[in-house]
Amino acid sequence: MNESSVAHVDCGATAFPESEKAHKEKRIAPGIRAHRRLFQSFVFWFFRLSAAVNGIALLIIVYFLVARGWRAINWTFLTQPPLEAMTKGGILPCIVGTLCLSIGALLVALPIGVASAIYLHEYAHPGRLLRLIRLGINNLAGVPSVIFGLFGLAFFVVWLDFGVSILSGALTLGAMTLPVIIGASEEALRSVPDTYREASLGLGATKWQTIYRVVLPAALPGILTGAILGLSRAAGETAPIMFTAAVFYSPSLPSSLFDEIMALPYHIYVLATAGTEIEATRHLQYGTALVLIVLVLGLNLVAIFYRARLRRRM
Amino acid sequence: MDKALKMTIRDLNFYYGDSRALHDISLDFCPYEVTALIGPSGCGKSTLLRCLNRMNDLIPHSRVEGQIFLDDQDIYDPNVDVVALRRDIGMVFQKPNPFPKSIFENVAYGLRVNGMKNKAFVAERVEKSLQEAALWEEVKDRLYESALGLSGGQQQRLCIARAMAVEPEVLLMDEPASALDPIATQKIEELIHKLKKTYTIIIVTHNMQQAARVSDVTAFFYLGKLIEVDKTETIFTRPSLKQTSDYITGRFG
Repeated sequence: MNESSVAHVDCGATAFPESEKAHKEKRIAPGIRAHRRLFQSFVFWFFRLSAAVNGIALLIIVYFLVARGWRAINWTFLTQPPLEAMTKGGILPCIVGTLCLSIGALLVALPIGVASAIYLHEYAHPGRLLRLIRLGINNLAGVPSVIFGLFGLAFFVVWLDFGVSILSGALTLGAMTLPVIIGASEEALRSVPDTYREASLGLGATKWQTIYRVVLPAALPGILTGAILGLSRAAGETAPIMFTAAVFYSPSLPSSLFDEIMALPYHIYVLATAGTEIEATRHLQYGTALVLIVLVLGLNLVAIFYRARLRRRM
Repeated sequence: MDKALKMTIRDLNFYYGDSRALHDISLDFCPYEVTALIGPSGCGKSTLLRCLNRMNDLIPHSRVEGQIFLDDQDIYDPNVDVVALRRDIGMVFQKPNPFPKSIFENVAYGLRVNGMKNKAFVAERVEKSLQEAALWEEVKDRLYESALGLSGGQQQRLCIARAMAVEPEVLLMDEPASALDPIATQKIEELIHKLKKTYTIIIVTHNMQQAARVSDVTAFFYLGKLIEVDKTETIFTRPSLKQTSDYITGRFG
């Protein structure tokens, strides 16, 4: 062997001894390798397509809405109330109504949801009570939205006598959004490492100080994600607001919490099924749907922007 | 001749549920001395350390029997305010854990949660702590940047500064340099030498050479029992028990 300039320890082995040759050939037999590679590519392509379906579905929806609704979008549409049995004019009251309801729902669900999550994760002792509460939350998440609407009608509209109003609608939507907020907030709290809590307590902070000064700020991006999800759900729901807040036509913009309002999803529903001019208003329906999607997207973007700012600061 | 003992442990037994982790521990800590707790993994030294500032209270189903005295107050007395106790006994953890806040806010945290509102005082104390931790020069121009941007060694010194800002009497350190590179480790050890003048320090360490370098007294633990405690020099040169000398020389552990 030539003298090598690299130091090495002689362990007695040599490269590619003859007896290993047969073994090696088995390992790299072309038939088997190709078959495995083919299967792997097939599976990966299946995964890629599955992921692509998400994007494609969204694109198709947006395309349809834009293609059929863009004709309806103009300044009048966005800033004027409807005229002549909804065939002319705009949808301003609907936009205002949906904004009021979504933000109202968030104002109800966010504080209660975050507080619940804090209790469940930071304070509650494992036991029957805790399991009962979790059972309640999970079941609440599964209740169909129309049943929330009936609940809202029976409880807020009739029994508490709030009437058909923004208040009733926001409370009903808030109840519906609660499980989403609680779930996302708990997840966010869980993701804050325990070592922060220990460090804080070790410095002589109380449990509440630890939560308020360290845990909550660290969990805020996750909580905001939950808020975004909740907001999107609240803005687009029709059934919960049908009986509790929304009306087909309201002569003026709302001036108090107890006023009834128009709303985008309900407007689309009525125009498409029960209005007097279903075909004539078709482009308005698509236009309204387009506005709803843009509104939800806009609200999402605001929250995403704020969350990104929070993350950067950390 | 005898200065009053800073902390004393008397017949301490600690249980995780039904299993006993510490057996009849009795140990004294003199003021302004560094005591090292050494022993193989799982021998209970971290558990003992966490008993000293009642951090083990956080563990569900844990139980303490026996007494631990800070000066002459039993810290497990039901009348004791645990929150105030933890102000007097500071802790530095194994993995540096600065809060996701600015460097300044990290060091100021202890002061703020204990009610200090005077801005000038807080700023002054933050500077003093960072200087004591030998970190001031490195961070004085970026006090308001995120603490998470510091290196591991700097983060640990920040945690030490944070613990010192509330001016505790005792400093507990749980393997403070085990997650750090040798140069950062050396800086931490130099820091401990400096801090000895003001604080009573109890340090848990896996690294026997480190125990020999920094401590005045060394206590050797095995399977939850205190085997031997003596001046560091004695433990490492003329230990009384065979078990101790076996561990020191690396025969096990």
